[in-house]
Parts: sequence; structure tokens; C-alpha cells
Amino acid sequence: MSIVRTRPHESAESSPHRAGELTPLRTPDLRAAVTTVTSARTARLRRRRIVIAVLAALVVALFATSLMVGRTFYPPADVLAVIAGHDVPGASFTVGTLRLPRACVAVLTGACFGLGGVTFQTMLRNPLASPDVIGITSGAGAAAAVAIVFFSLGGFAVSVVAVLAGVAVAMAVYLLAYRGGVAGTRLVLVGIGVAAMLNSVTYYALDKAPQWELQEAMRWLSGSLNGASWKDALPLALAMVVLGPLLLAQVRNLGALQLGDDTAAALGVRTERTRIVAILAAVGLITFATAAAGPIAFVAFLSGPIAARIVGPRGSMLIPAALVGSLLVLVADLAAQFAFGTKFPVGVVTGVLGAPYLVYLIIRTNRTGGVL
Amino acid sequence: MTRDRALTVENLTVGYHERMVIDGLDLAIPPGKITAIVGANACGKSTLLRSMSRLLSPRGGQVLLDGKAVHRMPAKELARQLGLLPQSPIAPEGITVADLVGRGRHPHQRILSRWTSADNEAVADALTVTDTVELADRPVDELSGGQRQRVWIAMALAQRTDVLLLDEPTTFLDVSHQVEVLDLLTDLNTARGTTIVMVLHDLNLAARYSDHLIALGEGALHAAGTPSEVLTPALVEAVFGLASQVIVDPVSGTPLMVPKGRHHSGRSAAPRPDVPISHLAER
Repeated sequence: MSIVRTRPHESAESSPHRAGELTPLRTPDLRAAVTTVTSARTARLRRRRIVIAVLAALVVALFATSLMVGRTFYPPADVLAVIAGHDVPGASFTVGTLRLPRACVAVLTGACFGLGGVTFQTMLRNPLASPDVIGITSGAGAAAAVAIVFFSLGGFAVSVVAVLAGVAVAMAVYLLAYRGGVAGTRLVLVGIGVAAMLNSVTYYALDKAPQWELQEAMRWLSGSLNGASWKDALPLALAMVVLGPLLLAQVRNLGALQLGDDTAAALGVRTERTRIVAILAAVGLITFATAAAGPIAFVAFLSGPIAARIVGPRGSMLIPAALVGSLLVLVADLAAQFAFGTKFPVGVVTGVLGAPYLVYLIIRTNRTGGVL
Repeated sequence: MTRDRALTVENLTVGYHERMVIDGLDLAIPPGKITAIVGANACGKSTLLRSMSRLLSPRGGQVLLDGKAVHRMPAKELARQLGLLPQSPIAPEGITVADLVGRGRHPHQRILSRWTSADNEAVADALTVTDTVELADRPVDELSGGQRQRVWIAMALAQRTDVLLLDEPTTFLDVSHQVEVLDLLTDLNTARGTTIVMVLHDLNLAARYSDHLIALGEGALHAAGTPSEVLTPALVEAVFGLASQVIVDPVSGTPLMVPKGRHHSGRSAAPRPDVPISHLAER
């Protein structure tokens, strides 16, 4: 069944290699090759599984930490009792009503931002093409701020408005950048412009907001988990349950798409359909997360590249990026609450982390690509 | 052995926007043979290859594989029978050879299906055939041009198709690697009967390595047949606008095109008498 091109045995023969002439066939050592391929794959996957397990363990540990620490420290026994539904004086309110929903929103928004971000970055083959750089989170944030301040909407209605706005901005950026195909760099530049415009809409809304709503509306600028409640966590969980699997089902198609559109199509991938499904799922995740906690700066942008550094080129980045996203938001929120004298919104901390990386990437693109 | 598949093109018309690149083309690719497509730049060679693997939809006519229109076949079914190696595929940063070749298994997998031993065998076989087993763990971006091209061919082989289309598989390779790649494709055709269709720039390599030669010009068929039938001074003049002489390749016995050009037409290769060399050198 198989053929092998034989290289002449170094010592035995040194027949001059004549072009066009068939090299002699040797009994193929296919079994050895199968062993090589199998062990290479096993090693690759083992490293990947270990990294994912460690990341997941860290997320659990930080989730637990954020339930225990605060103005009052509650030991793990108390926290577990509250989660099990028992009534623990003091802890029931602090942990059950304040800390638990906040930690859940942190984990879920992080995962949503991570998944959505890395999907865009992989598909457009450009780490700068993250939804928070190209204006999608800004669009969702601006729409939410306008809905709250000018139309007095709240709760689920705000989520819907944010999602619709996010999808609309994604389409607008795509169309504005379209010129017989979408080049990554053009899309990034158009997106940065659109993001700036939309941010000014948010500022305008904030300027018109009554004093008592300012705290609430500030969330739409940098993202904050202050006052996060079950009302915020539920739509997020729903988005994750519906859109997460939809995106994960595209993993193999996205892997083929990384080899270029032509190669992917030759491998039997419906390239346009894959792209549309992946973009809609990613935009959905991003905008639901934005509606819940505001556009937490740079989490979508940072998660994928960090995950790629840790995991290396070993398969899809979706799950690692989701875990890194959760970790980033949990760590940043703990730091924002307790590391400094005053409490900051979580987005301020992630913004401080993300901005230097953005600058670094732009400088690097300038050196290598020279397109910008 | 692979199965012989009849690939035919019927009255195919393909275009971008207003421009028709291919207009009413009829072709039959001989099954189990190596076919080379040659022609001047922008004559529709790549467009033809891309339409045959349905990367482009035809404006009119159709491409048939065993009598079935490729544009109406399920994507993965077509990809199990007909493979294409495009001109410039993209290797993701840091991807290893084994991983890249494994992606060729895509049409044989379902959304959530597990990686099977058949997948491993197909990858191992593709690496063996292309002599890249030792590279299995290496990142693709660290390889030389010739190695990289063999790895891409391995990916297309892991797809296990009966027909393999290649868009300029020798571009960017130095001459020894060009010959190496074409030898590999010949091995594959001889040992397995894989039908191979490739677009080539080099007329002489095309004539040497193909059983069937197709010359395109301006989106229309100029000539098709064995290399000796097709590669004539008249054809080179018609397709490339170049005066030439065709001799017998002393190594393979196939036709060898020697271009004439404005210079070097005499044995002594004298410069044009009216322009002194010293004058040219000063410029």
C-alpha cells in the first residue's frame, strides 16, 4: 500500500541520483513511523492537558480565595456551609449575597472574554484584532450606557441592547474594512477608530447621567464587578451554556482555517459558514460579558496570547484562553479590591496590565510587518 | 492503490467581477496519470485549478468528478477524493510537522470524533513517503524551503485522496529541490496510481514530468496531449510570444525548449554590433 523513497545506503551504494528515474523502493518501516507519530502526539497532548489542569486548579483556588477574603475573613468551612445552603450568621449575607455572585461573574466574564477574544485573534491571524481593540466591547458598552441613562432600561433589556449593538458594530467594522476581502491590519485600524467614536458616546452618556447613577454608569467605561449580583450572573451562564459548545464544535474547522482559506476549503471546510458561526458565537459571548460587567479592559486581548505562551503550539487555544481569562479577572479583581489603599474597578487593573502589551505588539508589528 | 477518478471540465466559465478568466473551457484529465498545466502569467492556470477543487464557483459549465458535479458534492466527500495544495498555504506559528500533517485528516473526521489509529497510520505513511519522519517533532517554521514543501505535500497525502492538485509546487525552491519534489510526485503516481494535476512554470520540467501536458492561453485551451505533441516552437510562440527551438532532452528523451531571445542567437554569442559593450557598461 505504501511507498517509500529510499535514500541510498550511505556505504553500500552511491548511485548517482538521476532526475526522472524512480528511486528503488524499500520495504517501508511504517511501524516505526507510526510509533514516532503516536508518541509525538501523545507528548504534545500530555503537556497540553497538564497546563489546562493547572490553569483550572488555579481558577478554583482563586475562586475560593475570593469567597473567603474581604473585610471579614471566613474560613473554608463557613464558605462551604453557605454554598450548601445552611444559615451562617454574617457569612450567609456577605458570602452568599455579595461575594459568591461576584466571583461567579468574574469567572464567567473572564471565560467569555477569553473565548471571544482568542476566536477573533485566531481567525484574523492577528493578535491586535481582538474585540476590545476593534470596538465591539466599546459598542456594547456605549449601547448599555445609553440604554441605562437615556431610556432607564435595566436588567435583561440592557443585555439585549448590548448584544445587538455588539453584533451591529462587528458588522459595521467588517463592512468598513471590506475591500474585496478583509485584511487583518485594515480591520484593526478601522476598529480602533470606531472604538474611539463609541467611547465618546459613552462619555457623553456619563456626562448626562444623574449623580446617583454615575457609579453604575462608570462601569461602562472600564468594567467593574462592584455590585455584581445573581441578576448579572444568570444571563452570562446561559450565554456560556449555549454559545460555548457552539464555538467548541468549530475547533477542528478553525484549526483547518488557520492554514489559510484555500487549504481549509480543500480539506472540506465550509469556510464562510465556519467564520459566520464562530464570529456570531464570539460576539455573543463578548457582548453578554460586557452587559454584565462592562468592557473589562484588555481581558479579551490578553487571554489568547498568554494562553498561547503557556500552552505552546499544541492544539486549539479556546479552552486555555477561557481559563486564562477567568484567572485574569479573578486576580485583577482581588488586586483592585485589596492591593491598594482605595478600591478600584477591576478594569483599571486589567487596563494597566494590557496597555503596555498593546504598545509592545504595535511596535513589533511595525518592525516585522511594516504595514502600520 | 488509489482509485482512478475521471475528472472532466465541461464548458467552464469562471471570472472575477466583470473579467472572465476562463471562458467555455473543455478538458479531460487522464485518470492515473500526471498532468501538467502550463501557460503565461495570468492566463487562468490557478483559476482552473481552484475551480476544479471548487474554491471558485463557475459562472457557467461544470467540473465533474466521476460524472458528479463537484460544486454539488458534500464538502467533506469531495475532500476525501480530491485534494489541493494551494500556492501559498499558511503554517501557524510554531506548529510541528506531525501536527500540520495531521490536519490533513480533517475530511475523515467528524466534529467530536476521536483521533484514531487509522489517522496515526495515515500521518505516519505520509511522513514516510515524503521522507520527513525525522522532522515529525520540529516546528514547520524552522525548516528549509524544500523540507517545508515536502511537509505540505505530506499533509495533502494524509488526506488520502485519489486525485491530487498542486498549484505551482516548485515555486520558491532551488533547482535541486524542484527536481526532488517532482520525483516524489512521480513516485507517488507510479506506486499508487494517484492522479496528479499540477500547475508548473517551468516548461521543460513540465514536459519531463508529465504524461499529459495542457497549454492554456488567455483562459482558453491551446493544446493538450503528450509533451512531445504539445511542446513545439509554434506553441511556445503562440502561448508565450517567444521564439524558440525544441530539441530532445538528452537525459529523459522528452522535448526541451530552448528560448531564442534577441541575444546569443549565434554560436559565438556575439553582442549586437551597433551597441559597443563599453557604452552599455557606463550606464
